[in-house]
Amino acid sequence: MRDVTIIGIGETEVREHWERSLRELAVASITAALDDAGIERADALYVGNMLSGELAGQEHLATLIADFAGLRGLEALKVEAACGSGGAAVRMGYLAVASGLHDLVIVTGVEKMTDCENGLVTEALAMAGDGDYEAMQGLSFVALNALLMRRYMHDYRVSHEDFAGFSINAHRNATQNPYAIFRRPITREEFISARMISDPINLLDSSPIGDGAASLILCPKDEAKRLSPAPVTILASTTATDTIALHDRDDPLFLQAVHESAQKAYAQAGVGPEDIDLFELHDAFTIMAALSLEACGFADKGRGVELAKDGEISLQGKIPISTMGGLKGRGHPAGATGVYQIVEVVQQLRGEAGANQVDCHLGMAQSIGGTGATAITHILKGPD
Amino acid sequence: MSLARHWRLQDERYKLIGRECATCGKKLFPSRDICPHCGSRDLKPYRFTGTGEIYSYSTIYQPPAGYEAFVPYTVALIRLDEGPLIAAQLTDLDREGVEIGQRVEMVTRKLREYGPEGLIVYGYKFRPLLKG
Amino acid sequence: MKPNKEVGIIGYGAYIPRYRIKADEILRVWKSIDSIHLEEKSVPGLDEDTATMAIEAARNALKRAAIDPQEIGAVWVGSESKPYAVKPTATIVAEALGATPHTNAADWEFACKAGTEAMQAAMGFVGSGMAKYALAIGVDTAQGRPGDQLEYTASAGGAAFIMGPKEESLAYLEGSYSYVSDTPDFFRRPHQYYPQHGHRFTGEPAYFKHTYHAAKHLMEELGYTPHDYAMVVFHQPNTKFPRRVAQWLGFTEEQLKPGFLVDVIGNAYAGSSPLGLAAALDEAKPGDRILLVSFGSGAGSDALSFTATERIVKNDDSLLRVRDYIKRRQEIDYGTYCRYRDNLNSH
Repeated sequence: MRDVTIIGIGETEVREHWERSLRELAVASITAALDDAGIERADALYVGNMLSGELAGQEHLATLIADFAGLRGLEALKVEAACGSGGAAVRMGYLAVASGLHDLVIVTGVEKMTDCENGLVTEALAMAGDGDYEAMQGLSFVALNALLMRRYMHDYRVSHEDFAGFSINAHRNATQNPYAIFRRPITREEFISARMISDPINLLDSSPIGDGAASLILCPKDEAKRLSPAPVTILASTTATDTIALHDRDDPLFLQAVHESAQKAYAQAGVGPEDIDLFELHDAFTIMAALSLEACGFADKGRGVELAKDGEISLQGKIPISTMGGLKGRGHPAGATGVYQIVEVVQQLRGEAGANQVDCHLGMAQSIGGTGATAITHILKGPD
Repeated sequence: MSLARHWRLQDERYKLIGRECATCGKKLFPSRDICPHCGSRDLKPYRFTGTGEIYSYSTIYQPPAGYEAFVPYTVALIRLDEGPLIAAQLTDLDREGVEIGQRVEMVTRKLREYGPEGLIVYGYKFRPLLKG
Repeated sequence: MKPNKEVGIIGYGAYIPRYRIKADEILRVWKSIDSIHLEEKSVPGLDEDTATMAIEAARNALKRAAIDPQEIGAVWVGSESKPYAVKPTATIVAEALGATPHTNAADWEFACKAGTEAMQAAMGFVGSGMAKYALAIGVDTAQGRPGDQLEYTASAGGAAFIMGPKEESLAYLEGSYSYVSDTPDFFRRPHQYYPQHGHRFTGEPAYFKHTYHAAKHLMEELGYTPHDYAMVVFHQPNTKFPRRVAQWLGFTEEQLKPGFLVDVIGNAYAGSSPLGLAAALDEAKPGDRILLVSFGSGAGSDALSFTATERIVKNDDSLLRVRDYIKRRQEIDYGTYCRYRDNLNSH
């Protein structure tokens, strides 16, 4: 097994890209990443995407993107794990390089969600859960998370308002990220009175959908110095799964797959949560942020919200999260998000995070599929 | 219209028939071929009584396509008396709302229609106990 | 008429949805001149239809009968508001009940007497030895055109009856009689959403002629007079008609009371007299004789005479009675009613 480094990153803004198609977004991010790495070709392309079939009428996505990115002929495969598809693509890219089978690998996450009306997108996102036993019962993906939030509030005697810090922090950080979909801060009052989607989850608990693409260039560590002045090393890459449906979880309020993936990652990297300088977690909903922090060992069960209340999740806090806006502020183009997270950790580790810069050497990114059914964790180390 | 997909699920949707593991005794819903607890393949049909209590609930205001006619509607995770959790809609709710821990019972109702010309899908929902 | 082998009801169950709209509320919107004299009617919820109501009534009947549903040889549903014009409600009910696959199943139609059609046939089926048990259901989600007289009364609900041998019954059949003619007092053509109503033509030549004669002929055949009956149940299209025919035949208000539901739940069409019978059975004591007289437009009446047995007394508090469903109510306004009945789309 070889050490794997990231030598190039590229991303598009997360927006309602009316004028850009799915393939155009992917190509733009690949071009940016290739330019960043200073290379023109690669050995393989792994594309993370969740809904190209449902929402864009397009399967066979990686081959299409390779063709349109001027990369005809290389190994190109799509990988899907619902909203964790981006992390899954990173995982595949890592395996390809670490195994020694490929030397230059492009990882792309892309999603186009805004062409279709709300009802269809909601129906499509529900496919992250169990189609026959959750979606067909009328449970939207938001509702699944709302069931967790309601039970969490009941068991740990916290209020909805106690989650405000996650959203406020994400929005604040997004204002300084030119690629983020939202560029203005929000207030506590706005959080409390936002429109209800599936109670208790309201509009400001929920990450926004959007269109976007992000890409990485991976190569073995030995090649990195030749190609890049500031390679970022992947110290750990892990995946764990849990039951797809909430109703099959032993304890729905403990994200077992998140826990296992994080534990394996810490072990691979030879570190513990106290060593992590920033955590790009999967804050699809404020409840997911709280549960992720708990399952990864940053807070005890039921105490995740306290990190938000006490400001420990801010850029100056003990465990900064969503440093470039996270899913909530930067946006959540479902299958692309996992790659955006890596791009942002790399920016931080390279010292390119601008106003959002955290003093860091170890960054963690975690991409989650469904309601915690798949968890893909990467720990990255800054340039030597 | 996916007719067969819904037809295959009638035992579960109409009668709450899941499985009982002959090896470890756990009751499973929905049905599976392999016991997730002990790995056994020796699973027999098991009919749940349909009573349980609410583990969590949420009222949906933004529905997936096909469920617009019912908005707002409430969904829940229910802990069946025999052990498993089940995801389902609540129905026949009073204006006072529901509570975690409330006792509920299974009824058969319309889950959705595929338009005025299409299949009507019936299945389980749960309501507060009508009596007692 | 009765089959050679004696038969009766071995289990029965009812269902009424929980929503109610008051006649006064409909009056508030339409300001009709005719007064209706009923309090309120039942309205089905958004996720209910004839099939879902039939299933719950049948489940209640099965609980009371305490038999294995696999022993049911026929599942027959009488309704004029089938969810599918072509595809039997009965197979949905049979599947949900666990009576499939070794059973007959079919839907019956004769306007408001479709339920008693199915009941009569079920008794013949069992009495002939063709099945050990047979399930008959009368159930409807009746539709009345907005602004029409019928809107005040067209409601939803129904009842299910499992027929079996007399020895196992809680009420056995002494005899039945059907009286029909081609009388077009009320009907609906295919693809029409609302029925056509014959106004005064639905009275004397239709409802009264057929119910009167069916009841009269049956009692004559059996050698009974109204005094022999503890209770009488008529089809209840409104509060006036059943009272008038009862009086005509010589029945008292006390005999009518146990099965008289129209003032609080409206006219559940094919579910009306079956629900009335279920309510009467809820109150019956061993030895009570009950006369059921249905009416279906088009037109005809089935009269059935039952006598309650020792088994009518059940000490199981968990069994749902008609009054449990009547008690369960949530009032809705006219706008909500229109949403639930899909009256906001043009039909």
